[in-house]
Amino acid sequence: MMVGIPRAMLYYRYKELWETFFSKLNIKIRISEETNKKILNDGINFSVDESCLPSKIYMGHVYSLIGKCDYILIPRVVNYGEGNSVCVKFNALYDIVRNTFGNIKILTYNIDMENGCFEKKGFLNMGKVLGKSYLDSIKAYKNAKQAQRTCNRRKADIQNKIMDRKDKLKILIVSHPYNIYDKLIGYPVIQYINKLGGTPVFTDSIDRRQSLAESKDLSKSLYWLYNKELIGSIKLVEDKIDGVILLTAFPCGPDSLVNELIMRKSKKIPTINIICDELQGEAGLQTRIESFMDIIIEKSEKYNCLKRDESDFAAGY
Amino acid sequence: MNRILQQVISFPHMGNYHVPITNLLNHLFKNHIVLPAPPITKRTLELGSRYSPEFVCVPFKYNLGNYIEALENGANVLIQAGGGCRFGYYAEIQELILRDLGYDFRFIKLFGNKLNYYKLYRLSRTLGSDVSYPQFLYYALLTKKMIEKIDVIEEYIRENIGFETQENSFEHLQEEFLNELIKVNTIKSLNKTYKKYSGLLQSLPADKPGDCLKVGIVGELYTLMEPYSNYFIEKELAKNKIQVSRFITVSFILFEKPRLKKRILKETGGYLEFEIGADGTDSVAKSTMLAKKGYDGIIHIKPFGCTPEVNAMPMLQNIGKDYKIRYFISVLIPRHPRPA
Repeated sequence: MMVGIPRAMLYYRYKELWETFFSKLNIKIRISEETNKKILNDGINFSVDESCLPSKIYMGHVYSLIGKCDYILIPRVVNYGEGNSVCVKFNALYDIVRNTFGNIKILTYNIDMENGCFEKKGFLNMGKVLGKSYLDSIKAYKNAKQAQRTCNRRKADIQNKIMDRKDKLKILIVSHPYNIYDKLIGYPVIQYINKLGGTPVFTDSIDRRQSLAESKDLSKSLYWLYNKELIGSIKLVEDKIDGVILLTAFPCGPDSLVNELIMRKSKKIPTINIICDELQGEAGLQTRIESFMDIIIEKSEKYNCLKRDESDFAAGY
Repeated sequence: MNRILQQVISFPHMGNYHVPITNLLNHLFKNHIVLPAPPITKRTLELGSRYSPEFVCVPFKYNLGNYIEALENGANVLIQAGGGCRFGYYAEIQELILRDLGYDFRFIKLFGNKLNYYKLYRLSRTLGSDVSYPQFLYYALLTKKMIEKIDVIEEYIRENIGFETQENSFEHLQEEFLNELIKVNTIKSLNKTYKKYSGLLQSLPADKPGDCLKVGIVGELYTLMEPYSNYFIEKELAKNKIQVSRFITVSFILFEKPRLKKRILKETGGYLEFEIGADGTDSVAKSTMLAKKGYDGIIHIKPFGCTPEVNAMPMLQNIGKDYKIRYFISVLIPRHPRPA
């Protein structure tokens, strides 16, 4: 028995949870490769033109798994309780895949807490579908939850250490994990920041519960959980970072409005909005990040040591 | 208190629904002025687009344009509703944008799961309404009935206007009907008006062949219902002697859908196992229905980047294939104002 997991969308949020759950149940998993040009092209072919970039990539990943495993894991998420819903794309991914690829076996669980569909219930149900006993699944689920928690804490610890360093420019990348860690969307951005002598700080490594609480300061009526965590995390680490990159995939629905909110309400730190689409040119991206970081260095007095001499430019730095 | 100031209440447009809303607000706020936003023109969209975020959906821009024009006309209380997709977050961002533009106004947001008649009543009291709760309920009922009647009349017009023998006869009658509705005070007089005009409509000469082309329209609610935003697609179709049907109306969304959630999911005929958010589910359900009824074509309208409707597209494509619908088009309402 082999369960395929597309390396896109919610994978980056639930990596440990899924991996531990299946390994505790003695089920092999197959995670699709890192996003590459082929996956992207397949994804574009199998999706509606106007879908957002991450969902196109998702379709590519699903396609790459077809025929290589018995089940493909596609969760459906609607809300995590009242006032904590997610983008409707997550409501529909399951049905979109089903309608696009026809007969493939999909393993799914449904999180719709307002209507009584909890994560635990969904996981137990998955265990049943896979032919495991109730006790085994519940044990695996508990272990998986624990693993996820430990991992999140570890990530937060590492990040806190990075944020305390004073010798490097710290750029907060505000974006969904499926953008930040994607090889085609976020990876080049991270690479450039590192190359230019900065340190990227990731929103998803910041404690989620605290971020959620903080987000209330910026907006009371915002109801997308993932976006609440994003804006909350900006507020939380505002004093420790030097710049914010809002990395948005085109045309993300929630982000289109929430970016506007961030731009208008948080004016303390320099902020730049980078929009990625499938026709992304790398040169343009590099120039934008470079000039953004230069501006921060020029403006702040903290980083006098990082300021470049004119001669650097002359030497073709 | 700042109540001393005269309040001018305004709201954005959608189709002809400004009539029942104006009627309701007139009844609730006798001391205030109710001023619907000026009719949508090219300028509305241009204004809206200028101040909107880059890739927000089109209804946001229309609404924003409406607000700006209403504020220019002196409105100081604006009303916005909310929905399941991005629509629910319109209000906050629009308020931010308008405040940054330097306008002074009060913004009323009508949404949330726990919205009920009593809460609406309390809200109207804080805005300076002096009707009692029973009266409030009566007017709410009147508005509900009025919306239903408008939808029934418009459905008939939509299906027959293409075959009118006298030019513009249907439109004139519809205009008269709406003008009379604004002044309606009781449910009884509403029923009377409705009977009068539905009789008049049915007596209008029309030569409709039995085998005319039938086209159904589904899609995102705002671009469906606001003719300006869909470039008067219904009118254009009717001009070509096509019977046009549309089942997504305000009375469907507000009054029927909440009751029938499970049934709508069943009506999708297996294309959907779960709801796909906002009105995407309806689009699939209604398309299945249209396909089963043997319609010749289905037109799917959506603004650029509307996630629920984009979600619905793979299913709609499958429906088109499975039922062998002759014409299946998806109309995309672009992000930018069209060139003149």
